[in-house]
Amino acid sequence: MEQGLALHHIGVRFGGLTALDDVSLRVPPGRVVGVIGPNGAGKTTLFNVVCGFVPPDEGSLTLDGRPLRPRPHRLTRLGVARTLQGTGLFAGLTVLENVMTGATHTARAGFLAALLGLPRSDRDERRLRRHALDVLDSLGIAGHADAAPGTLPFAVRQRVALARALAARPRLLLLDEPAGGLGGDDIAELAELIRGLPRRDTDPCAVLLVEHHMDLVMSVCDEIVVLDFGRVIAAGTPDEVRDDPAVADAYLGAAVDEAAA
Amino acid sequence: MSATRAATPPHTSRRADGAGPDGARRGSTLRRHAGLAVIAALLLVAASYNLEPFRNFQLATVAAYLCATAGLTILTGLNGQLSLGHGALMATGAYTVALCQNAFADAGMTGGWLLPVSLGAAVVAALAVGAVVGVAAARLRGPYLAGVTLAVAVVVPALAVTFDGVFNGEQGLAVPVEPPPAFLGVYFPYERWQLWVTAAATLLALVLLANLVRSRYGRTFRAVRDDEVAARLAGIHVARTQVIAFVVSAAGAGLGGALLAVLAQSVSPGAFSLTLSLFLLMAVVVGGLGSLTGAAWGAVLLVALPDLTHAVTEQLTLSPAVAQRVEGNLPLAIFGITLVVVMIAAPGGVQGLLSRLARAVSARRPGRRRP
Repeated sequence: MEQGLALHHIGVRFGGLTALDDVSLRVPPGRVVGVIGPNGAGKTTLFNVVCGFVPPDEGSLTLDGRPLRPRPHRLTRLGVARTLQGTGLFAGLTVLENVMTGATHTARAGFLAALLGLPRSDRDERRLRRHALDVLDSLGIAGHADAAPGTLPFAVRQRVALARALAARPRLLLLDEPAGGLGGDDIAELAELIRGLPRRDTDPCAVLLVEHHMDLVMSVCDEIVVLDFGRVIAAGTPDEVRDDPAVADAYLGAAVDEAAA
Repeated sequence: MSATRAATPPHTSRRADGAGPDGARRGSTLRRHAGLAVIAALLLVAASYNLEPFRNFQLATVAAYLCATAGLTILTGLNGQLSLGHGALMATGAYTVALCQNAFADAGMTGGWLLPVSLGAAVVAALAVGAVVGVAAARLRGPYLAGVTLAVAVVVPALAVTFDGVFNGEQGLAVPVEPPPAFLGVYFPYERWQLWVTAAATLLALVLLANLVRSRYGRTFRAVRDDEVAARLAGIHVARTQVIAFVVSAAGAGLGGALLAVLAQSVSPGAFSLTLSLFLLMAVVVGGLGSLTGAAWGAVLLVALPDLTHAVTEQLTLSPAVAQRVEGNLPLAIFGITLVVVMIAAPGGVQGLLSRLARAVSARRPGRRRP
């Protein structure tokens, strides 16, 4: 049985526009896979297919060998969590509540228990709270638990968003441009963090990463898939992709030249 | 501030800070809320012996409105769904209680358990209407949602007029209510009994609503309000959450309407006009959107304002016709102006203002850990 997430020949069209064309990729457990490509290459559409926001017109998805027909609110139950571009935090909830929300699917107490304020509901809440604090702790931001997200620096908010996704205890984490808006030092820390995710002791997870920031992608990914106009034009290790002439043509040309100069 | 906190080991800072304004408490949610309700009940009983009958009646009316405003503030404040139709949901409860009480009276049934049964039926009826509207509402956003709920506000009273065989048209129905039980004595004031009954029902409803707000459902309501996409990705069924919020809110409104009908011992379509829906919305905004305490302030305003304008118009020397017109419209005008002022000066409403005040006072007190 094939472990991890796999996309098989995915095709998505919006009217006459082909957003994704025959895209296949795999995210095995314990790996960090990056998806890169110029603007409009279909990276976000790819994420939206995996999350169930966009149904594919062709092809299929499997998770651990089983067919996956994703619906966004069922994803965390399947062990898949996703962060959003920007941060997508709940502005009216504290940092801790934001992270607790990430673990919603693990709550056991039902509506009646909540309405009657039964101990079962209280126990549930206490457990969620402990878990959320542990996750915040592991990312070094437990001190901000009571803060409103809006009062925090962007780098911390980004980390809260990551904590919310990790609170779901995913086996696969989808990161949508996690470095967007971050400065150099923050990006270096983020890279460290992402590299550690598949190898950590509690709840290790594979990572699928969409990112513009080339240094980050090259430094954290075990494997990179390059999209252009909705097609996979190259795939392989960072070194292979960097040396691929098609990639240099389509996308990296300028960056490689700059780096060489 | 964050730097100093981050410097302390996370585990100790966790203890020191507690964990969030809501729910950091360790004890049982039910015990805490029930305890507060018992204290409130004792205060109300004490008040009921010290206030004149009319004030008792007014206090009972506040309690009745509070059910509706509490429901509405959960829907609009916590879940972000605007409803212009809560007056109609109140009407649903009011007519249900009227029909039940009349049926019981016609059947010659007596007993203390009849009223609770009627009130329960009213809640169930409002629940059902709320579920139908809520399913529609969950598919709509912003002005479209406002439009649909507005239609409900207009249609439900009109139904009462159209089916006048059942609802007796503009005249409405009488609501027969039994006198206070005999063991309270022959001279027990009826208004005091009304306050007791209404307050008991309201406090029960508030305990349940407060439990819900403190539970994960309260958090889910707010998460859906703030960002639907992020909520879905966090494992929340957005549409279901919105329907639940609507149904809970409708139940509150239904109970509120039913209690009003019991207090007035009658129900007519005129009492549940569109104006009532607008008043409710203004009350929760002015009181402080999204907080049950704010809903209580709103309910107080709903009762106090007409009283206040009555006092004002009495001071003016006006012809009876003009006075009547002024008295009818002045509350709406004052409410509207208050709303605008509140939105500009204190967007958190009365409750927001009070908690800001409380924070300012506690910040001045020395020896507080938090700056």
